[in-house]
Amino acid sequence: MNGAWAPLGHPLGLMFGVCAVALGLGRAYEARAASPVIVEINQFQFSPREITVDAGTVVEWLNHDQTVHNIIAPDAKLASPGMDTGDHVDFTFTKPGDYAYLCGLHPHMTGIIHVRAPGNSG
Amino acid sequence: MIDNLTDIRLTRRKALSCLGAWSGAAVVWGVVGGVPRALGMAADIKGGPPKGFTFAQISDTHLGFNKDANPDVVGTLRRCIADLNALPQRPGFIAHTGDITHLSKPAEFDLAEQVFSELRVDRMHFVPGEHDALDNGLTGYLARHGKASDGKAWYSFDDHGVHFVALNNVVDFKAGSMPSLGDEQVKWLQQDLAARSASTPIVVLAHIPLWTVYEPWGWGTADAEPALAALRRFGSVTVLNGHIHQVMQKVEGHVAFHTAMSTAYPQPAPGTAESPGPLKVDAGQLGKLLGTRELIVVRGARELATVDRPIAGAADLAAGARS
Repeated sequence: MNGAWAPLGHPLGLMFGVCAVALGLGRAYEARAASPVIVEINQFQFSPREITVDAGTVVEWLNHDQTVHNIIAPDAKLASPGMDTGDHVDFTFTKPGDYAYLCGLHPHMTGIIHVRAPGNSG
Repeated sequence: MIDNLTDIRLTRRKALSCLGAWSGAAVVWGVVGGVPRALGMAADIKGGPPKGFTFAQISDTHLGFNKDANPDVVGTLRRCIADLNALPQRPGFIAHTGDITHLSKPAEFDLAEQVFSELRVDRMHFVPGEHDALDNGLTGYLARHGKASDGKAWYSFDDHGVHFVALNNVVDFKAGSMPSLGDEQVKWLQQDLAARSASTPIVVLAHIPLWTVYEPWGWGTADAEPALAALRRFGSVTVLNGHIHQVMQKVEGHVAFHTAMSTAYPQPAPGTAESPGPLKVDAGQLGKLLGTRELIVVRGARELATVDRPIAGAADLAAGARS
């Protein structure tokens, strides 16, 4: 598994999310401490749709829509829970590669994460 | 029922004069010779209760939704149930075309079971929506409604000479594409239909439209064509969908497609907004955009009437929303 997801929509979710990252992936915890890269969901679109990050970076999807979305990234073995309005999901990408993803409820919503070895993100 | 349809036609001129000023009352659609026609307002139907076999469609109840577009989805569902319970002829069954829940949570499925028990019908038939397939896939849905389909979420049954096919097009999603039925299900459908005579009336139930309503929003089924090819030899095919939370119709040959209103919240018409999703409207409009559908099947005739019923007493609903 290339990472771990963490739903953070409420206090219990926050505890679980932080625990999942801290216990499962030491490098991920360092990246989490730095700050996640945020992808916002507005009007059924990911913004930014395409990002490039260092391996070990936490990517956080934040749902502003009035309906539920989720994140499916087969190559990263990521299938997140549904995010209701205001919920967010964290995922740590630990291995370099290009990870296409979509919303499993609205497959016309797509995005891609380019994960590069640290110091090689250009 | 033939007499009823004659009566409906006699009032068509009057009805059409009213359609320009949509009042929110139920509109009767008759599908005659494969062509749907607006025949009149429900109140114009004369001759008492229909004498044919009837069933009703309910869709997109989204139990668990609580945002601005409708903070009380249980309340509006109960209004719809009251309308169905008040029909002069009790429907043979209720078909729910998916999105029972909003987030697939066990508590939402439990609530659905509790509220649906208030329907005065002998049975319900279900197909899943994509909102019923979150987190653990269709596990929660199938635990409650999977018996008829042997755990596959697609199945068929016969009732009053009509062959009903229930399909699942909410779990086979590919990036940038519309959802799919999948090869296994299409093959099953072809085999299921192969044994039926072309004169058998067919009714198809599926959540996402089997015709492409609006591809940029994913409102269609990517591999519908082989399924529709298997349906075209039949003289009467009615496809009932949900998902888009509004009434739309289309006819191709002998295949009539209908999407239904939600009982929870409306969505914008295709392409009229930046995106799909819950549409917040004035409280006075909400009841007119939510509702159910009654279908009347006449054995031996290729005539089928559908009655879309917005929530009765929309003014009351608006008053409730203001209080």
